[in-house]
Amino acid sequence: MSDGAKAAVLHGALIAALFALHFVLPAYHHGNLARVMVLATYAMGYNLLFGYTGLLSLGHAMFFAAGMYGMALPVTHLGWAPGPALLSGLAAGALLSLVAGALALRTVGVAFLIVTLMFAQAVYLTVLYFAEWTNADDGLVLQRAERVLWGLDLSDAGVRYLAALVLFSVCLVLSLWLVRRPFGKVLIAIRENEARAEMLGYDVFAHKLGAVVASGTMSAAAGAAYGLLFGYAGASFAGVQYSILPLLWVLLGGAGTVIGPFLGALFTFYLIDITSGFTTAYMAVVGVVLIALTLFAPQGIGGEIRRRVWRGLP
Amino acid sequence: MLELKGISTGYGAAQVLREVSLEVRAGEIHCLLGRNGAGKTTTMKAIAGLLPLWAGAIALDGAEIGPLPAHKVGRTGVGYIPQGRRLWGELTVAQNLEVGLMTRGAGRDVRERVLDLFPRLRERMGQRAQTLSGGEQQMLATARALCVEPKVLLLDEPTEGLQPSMIAAIRDVIVRMRGAGVAILLVELRIDAVLAVADRVTFLENGRARETWAAAELRGRHEVIDRYLGV
Repeated sequence: MSDGAKAAVLHGALIAALFALHFVLPAYHHGNLARVMVLATYAMGYNLLFGYTGLLSLGHAMFFAAGMYGMALPVTHLGWAPGPALLSGLAAGALLSLVAGALALRTVGVAFLIVTLMFAQAVYLTVLYFAEWTNADDGLVLQRAERVLWGLDLSDAGVRYLAALVLFSVCLVLSLWLVRRPFGKVLIAIRENEARAEMLGYDVFAHKLGAVVASGTMSAAAGAAYGLLFGYAGASFAGVQYSILPLLWVLLGGAGTVIGPFLGALFTFYLIDITSGFTTAYMAVVGVVLIALTLFAPQGIGGEIRRRVWRGLP
Repeated sequence: MLELKGISTGYGAAQVLREVSLEVRAGEIHCLLGRNGAGKTTTMKAIAGLLPLWAGAIALDGAEIGPLPAHKVGRTGVGYIPQGRRLWGELTVAQNLEVGLMTRGAGRDVRERVLDLFPRLRERMGQRAQTLSGGEQQMLATARALCVEPKVLLLDEPTEGLQPSMIAAIRDVIVRMRGAGVAILLVELRIDAVLAVADRVTFLENGRARETWAAAELRGRHEVIDRYLGV
């Protein structure tokens, strides 16, 4: 079987398994998995930039928040329907990533990390400053009537799960397609050796900017969907913690693998969920587990699968 | 083919090259010789567009390429294989070549021609570049540069650290590229290797191009060689 066929089977099987779980999971885990799929979509967006292009950003919460507020503000203040509001969230993320990317990519390495962090803090403070519109820390709560998309009530647990699955599946297939396209291969070439890619005739800046926009827009799609599916847009989603989380998920799941962000988000979510049931010091347990994983599987779960099982894992 | 007209450049405030002029003709192997720090690699980088010119001009077939950024220099037909190969280790041999081929939209025929030069790579197509031997990595770096069908090839110590059979294989390809009309600028430290393949030699000293010799005339002229390479 070719690598392409194997990749289609593996990722298709994941989507099929998630669909099957919709019918068998108890309500609690059903709700958790819906949340994990949306967060994994955010991590997949992050992975396009960090895992495939090798650009370490600490400001991705700005794109997640841009999608979230780009969706929630028109719904709350202009009475927009969820469909156009979702598109507005996507557009906000794409525009912000284009502007922030064009400026931040003038720097490299640690400076890029700092600049993205500063941009994200600026977005976070903007959300707090315009409290009249955003409700600052309290955030915007979307009413049930505002969350009906094409006749589907997204506040219903079943519909929410399937909507999250559709978002996750579309972004998974899109990621897979993108990294197997020439564009994706050039991104990997840039990650592996930027100077060589440039000397072969590739416009490195344009490719990196394309990666920032693709990554930012996918993160914004996750942010918009999160707000719509769970009925809330809050300033905490623009905070630095939400910039660190996707990095953590991607590192644990396997940077530069399409399936890694999902594995990382799922693992972290349930690690916190389970340990917090035993002790209030659950973050200490989480820390120990993370250190162990870093020691014994430094490439993350997906990276280990690639190393031990299938070297062609995309 | 490739003409350097009094180029000067350096790193930060430190000037390395001072008004270097030389010409590399089509179907010629032109070798740069000089002690460490003479400016050999810096000359290569300046041609490849990796260092901005402080003065002077670089022309390829009469067209000015000096002010172009590196990715545009690559598209004009200048292939650069730096010291240390710099492969994309995570990509397979096939993918490394594919990314090379995509630059100019080259097709299967170019790939086959390149692989004919390096039959050993055919057996390693699905293997990740970082798992190849040093000689195979050099073959891949050279093959990838040839995928863009360069008019000019800049080779910085291509046989450094390789076993004799690999050195012979790489040298054979360089000679065949010359036969195909490619202009080759070569940095090589071993004088015997230089005299075996080069057509002309330019000596660099302290960032200046001092003398250019026909390689055939240089054989046996130990006093010239010692003047620029002796310690």
